Amino acid sequence: MAAECLLRVENIGFAIRGHSILHEVSVQVAAGEIVALIGPNGAGKSTLVRIALGLLAPDYGRVWRKPGLRIGYMPQRLTVDDTLPLTVQRFVTLGSPASRERVQAALAEVGAEPVLNTPVQRISSGEMQRVLLARTLLREPDVLVLDEPIQGVDLNGQYELYDLISGLRQRRGCGILMVSHELHLVMAATDQVLCLNRHVCCSGHPDHVARDPAYQALFGLDGARRLAIYHHRHDHRHDLHGAVVPEEVDAHG
Amino acid sequence: MDDFLPRALAGGIGVALAAGPLGTFVVWRRMAYFGDALAHSGLLGVALGALLGVNPQWGVTGICLLMALTLALLQRQRRLATDTLLGLLAHTTLSLGLVGLAFLETVRVDLVGYLFGDILAISVVDLYWIWGGTLLALATLTALWRPLLAATVHEELARVEGVPVFRVQLAFMLLIAIVIAVAMKVVGILLITSLLIIPAAAARRFARSPEGMAALASVLGCAAIGIGLWASLRWDTPAGPSVVVAAAALFILGHALPGSART
Repeated sequence: MAAECLLRVENIGFAIRGHSILHEVSVQVAAGEIVALIGPNGAGKSTLVRIALGLLAPDYGRVWRKPGLRIGYMPQRLTVDDTLPLTVQRFVTLGSPASRERVQAALAEVGAEPVLNTPVQRISSGEMQRVLLARTLLREPDVLVLDEPIQGVDLNGQYELYDLISGLRQRRGCGILMVSHELHLVMAATDQVLCLNRHVCCSGHPDHVARDPAYQALFGLDGARRLAIYHHRHDHRHDLHGAVVPEEVDAHG
Repeated sequence: MDDFLPRALAGGIGVALAAGPLGTFVVWRRMAYFGDALAHSGLLGVALGALLGVNPQWGVTGICLLMALTLALLQRQRRLATDTLLGLLAHTTLSLGLVGLAFLETVRVDLVGYLFGDILAISVVDLYWIWGGTLLALATLTALWRPLLAATVHEELARVEGVPVFRVQLAFMLLIAIVIAVAMKVVGILLITSLLIIPAAAARRFARSPEGMAALASVLGCAAIGIGLWASLRWDTPAGPSVVVAAAALFILGHALPGSART
């Protein structure tokens, strides 16, 4: 794939008080590419994301971001204190000023238009995920970094969000780095899966990772099978919509 | 001597105007104890001012700023929880202040005035301090408003979006230090936090936007000053505590009103 590399983390290590969290980990995201980080709790997924974002400095290794890179970040959990009166409209423009029309368009794109004037404390967790996604879109991001975007969302909502995210990649051509601990819900649209357990266990196309003995050893055959099943389901959608992805990416440069 | 009342009102309103918007952030960011800790260190500033033979306001402002800076830097370490750190510094500096004053035998200090405020004794020089501090705080807060609000909602998200979070938060803490230093004359060390917290908390119920809540907090703070001063003259009660009681009464009244829009 000749797509331009946007973000690269090279051979980084990170330890807290001598306790190794990440060891010799590399990951990179190119324009129009979806990279998924999976792994058990405590595998260092969020730490890796925070290093990629520049929120944490690694103990060793290199982090490279394309100069002027605009990142849209969707944190794992976001609750706004009840004492702060804040509508969704105000909330999404906190990161970058935008006209009401642009806010409406961004909320429409993620299917959260009805909550425009709702206090941010009154929306459901599924709506919050969409609102967070809309906030990232207002920044016209080159790369989206999503930390467990489907957390706290019911199963149907999860499929919808994943479709939404892969749709964003197609429409906007941005690179996407996402964390998931729901092993069976890695999208088929994913180009690269990185299976993390303090080090990189295995990586590659979802098909390849699901069959990797290291992956099966880590999650058990059951987990492996579930990844495969879900992947298979999404193959169909991939055939219907996904075929145009490479051309679109090239067209956008 | 009969114009002490206009001076008291002007001083009180000056403090309340700045305390409203700053107080809303104190409420949103759950920093009430931080305000308390800064206020406690004020007495050390009084002692320092007396030792150096300057207007105690210089000592108080200097110590409050130093305390804010120290806390901002110490909060970056992870060994001690923030509330432990605040308690440690608050009571150490308060005690140091009291011990220091005891050593200054030649200096007579109105301790009760510093602890509970002496709004009726506000001088013209005090007014310069209060309004200087208030205008500086309001102007800086206006400039900081948007990044500070973003950092208050979610610190890491704000950082990724390009907000220099540490610098913005440090600036905010220094602003609180300034307002607390100049507010000491009005309600005293032990009651200053109430002037930050109570009007903001009372405003929450009626506010639909952050700015609305800040503005309403200022208005309610000014009202508390007026009512408190009036009550103090009417019934000869201590002025500082009367202001705080008035603010609390407004808070309760606001929550007793039916049908207000709580967003």
